[in-house]
Amino acid sequence: MEETLMLSRIQFAANISFHILFPTITIALSWFLVYFKVKANITKDPVWMRMYRFWVKIFALSFAIGVVSGVTMSFQFGTNWPQFMEKVGNIAGPLLGYEVLTAFFLEASFLGIMLFGIKRVPPVVHTISTIVVAVGTSLSAFWILALNSWMQTPQGFEMIDGVAYPTDWWAIIFNPSFPYRLAHMLIASGLTASFLVAGITAYRLLKGDNKKAPTKTLKISLTAAMILTTLQVYVGDLHGLNTLKHQPQKVAAMEGLWETESGVPLLLFATIDEENRENGFEIAIPKLASLILTHEFDGELKGLNEFEGNHPPVAPVFYAFRIMVGLGFFMLAVSWIARITLARRNELPNWMLKILVLMTFSGWIATLAGWYVTEIGRQPWLVTGVLTVKEAATDIAPSNVMFSLVAYLITYVVVMWAYLHTLLVMSRRAVEVEEISDNEYYSHTQPMKEA
Amino acid sequence: MFGQEALALIFGGLMALTILLYAILDGYDLGVGMLLPLENDKQADEMIASIGPFWDANETWLVMAMGLLFIAFPLAHSMVFKALYLPTLVMLIALIIRGIAFDFRAKALFTHKPIWDRAFKYASLVASIAQGYMLGQYVVGFEQNSTAILFSLLSGIGVAMAYSLIGTAWLIMKCEGDLQVRAIRWFKIALIVAAIGVLLVSIVNPMVNSDVAKRWFNTPAYWLLPVLCVACFAIAYVEISKIRERKWQDTTNDERCWAPFLWTVAIYVLCFTGFCLSFYPEIVPGKLTIWESVAAPQALNFLLWGAMIVIPTILAYTAYSYRVFWGKVSPLQYY
Repeated sequence: MEETLMLSRIQFAANISFHILFPTITIALSWFLVYFKVKANITKDPVWMRMYRFWVKIFALSFAIGVVSGVTMSFQFGTNWPQFMEKVGNIAGPLLGYEVLTAFFLEASFLGIMLFGIKRVPPVVHTISTIVVAVGTSLSAFWILALNSWMQTPQGFEMIDGVAYPTDWWAIIFNPSFPYRLAHMLIASGLTASFLVAGITAYRLLKGDNKKAPTKTLKISLTAAMILTTLQVYVGDLHGLNTLKHQPQKVAAMEGLWETESGVPLLLFATIDEENRENGFEIAIPKLASLILTHEFDGELKGLNEFEGNHPPVAPVFYAFRIMVGLGFFMLAVSWIARITLARRNELPNWMLKILVLMTFSGWIATLAGWYVTEIGRQPWLVTGVLTVKEAATDIAPSNVMFSLVAYLITYVVVMWAYLHTLLVMSRRAVEVEEISDNEYYSHTQPMKEA
Repeated sequence: MFGQEALALIFGGLMALTILLYAILDGYDLGVGMLLPLENDKQADEMIASIGPFWDANETWLVMAMGLLFIAFPLAHSMVFKALYLPTLVMLIALIIRGIAFDFRAKALFTHKPIWDRAFKYASLVASIAQGYMLGQYVVGFEQNSTAILFSLLSGIGVAMAYSLIGTAWLIMKCEGDLQVRAIRWFKIALIVAAIGVLLVSIVNPMVNSDVAKRWFNTPAYWLLPVLCVACFAIAYVEISKIRERKWQDTTNDERCWAPFLWTVAIYVLCFTGFCLSFYPEIVPGKLTIWESVAAPQALNFLLWGAMIVIPTILAYTAYSYRVFWGKVSPLQYY
């Protein structure tokens, strides 16, 4: 069943990688929409409603893909990882159950009013619906990350005959890595949405969109990006320290540290040689890794030698970590420089706009890289110390999994192509649209008679 | 704290209710999807607009139903979905394409709209047939011989017909003019076919499954259900004929346009109750009962307390959302 296991892993990785892209956008984009809507209500300036109307469509599109790919994910727990539910279902089940009960229905039901109901409900109800959708998406992240963090740093349960039974739900939800992971993810979502908004707006500006909305949107998204990248450096560091405490083997893989050492250098780049358990070419800053992780120049860090035969594959974790951090610092620099330039000149030179366009999906890449670090870094465990990935796998025929894998991949490619294409079409179309008069704006916000 | 036995009953009941709600709610929007006319763009827009605010929440009931199976009866969940791996895949991919097509048709290039309309229509059809196929497989205890597969395929078509029936009933309620007249015609056809389908399934089900036959023949009270069901079909037929007659005289008269939907729901409820009674207390026919597969009480109790508060809330805001979009459909515009 090695083949089934391998194919199931590839399939699950493909599914989760595809799925995570869309909630990553919608969690934070929903709060951008709340901001636009509240500003529209307070200032009565129609420009805010224009921004809302453009971004709510992109939100709807991303949300739809997030929902349908999420449905697929929920089925895969059962179809490909049956032992997961049989061993830890008593804990994973209720957490997923609460996600559906408290978050899914909330967002899905109020989405209808948010998208199509503005003429049918009083303005305040529409604003509340927008807020409820944002709360729903964030609650969804809360439960999923509670489960994911519990899988990383499990507590609050006892094992009876190889099955986990909950003993303390508070401890299960607020497990040691949960607050860090949740904060790290929510900020990542904020960054993804900020750069998406900035990138698409920069594209509109490059195409000659001279309306009021794009410049305003650019300012807001860059301000958000500037604050969030800075915050992320801090939260990311705390998350790393937490991982060092609870999953030192993951940190050793992230740092490419084969032997336990004191005064460990920070590897900016290296080539990983898993077979000989050493690094080839290295670019390093002396003692910096020890300083960052132990706050002492000569602090000791545990190497992979302490966990031989029981640590994750090093290369993917090591490289993915560098992609995430490297991109993170680049995002930090770009957001600060662009925001300051914008503050001084009230516009950006074309080359800066082009960089922002290129970085439209930088949040996606950084988020995916981050998830690979944390998920591959947990290997060989599915639930640390409780269940390995291998034990959880299904025993269905490999040909079935091969078939489903190919089917999913084709679907994802088509959907992704359509999504990107549509974003482009919508951005171009937005450039051509005339500014809507104030009168028309007010007619949209007034409750209409029953249709 | 509830004991294991009570929890099995509560969660079994909750799951049954969720599946029924799913079949009614996503049933009508899948039905509308299947009927989407490719030659008439105006009517297609109107039909899509009638389900626009709801389809997302409707589909959530599927996630909830699967979630409950998965949480409350994990053993049954892995047994069922191991057996139904490929039909599940087909259904999921169809649901992905359908959900995407719904959103893309309005936002992509105008020239691409016919492609997305087609995708929406056929993905709705495939998803419905896949669900019916899974239901059929469940009834025959996941047998894979040719008779069982044929039966499952017939069940697939049956479910697609049932969804079309409730979909047309929805359109009669939500639409006006030509489209409503068209929906009335569709409803009449679907009603007759559905009646034949229900009859066939009622005959075949006890034939292939001796346990089912035993339950039905030992409990005379069960036979009240088919009688009521026949009555519902008859009333639905009378109602639709009345609406139809009125249509020719006065196209603006919309009194009782909700009646076909109401009676279709009644048919759904009766058929589903019959289905549940056929198998209770088994959750995987012939293999596993709800008592044998129920999860740990400490897990289910934790979820139950939340569910008791949250489910009424969900029902309340679902009702609110239907009230907001009450009455005849208006064009969909994103704001």
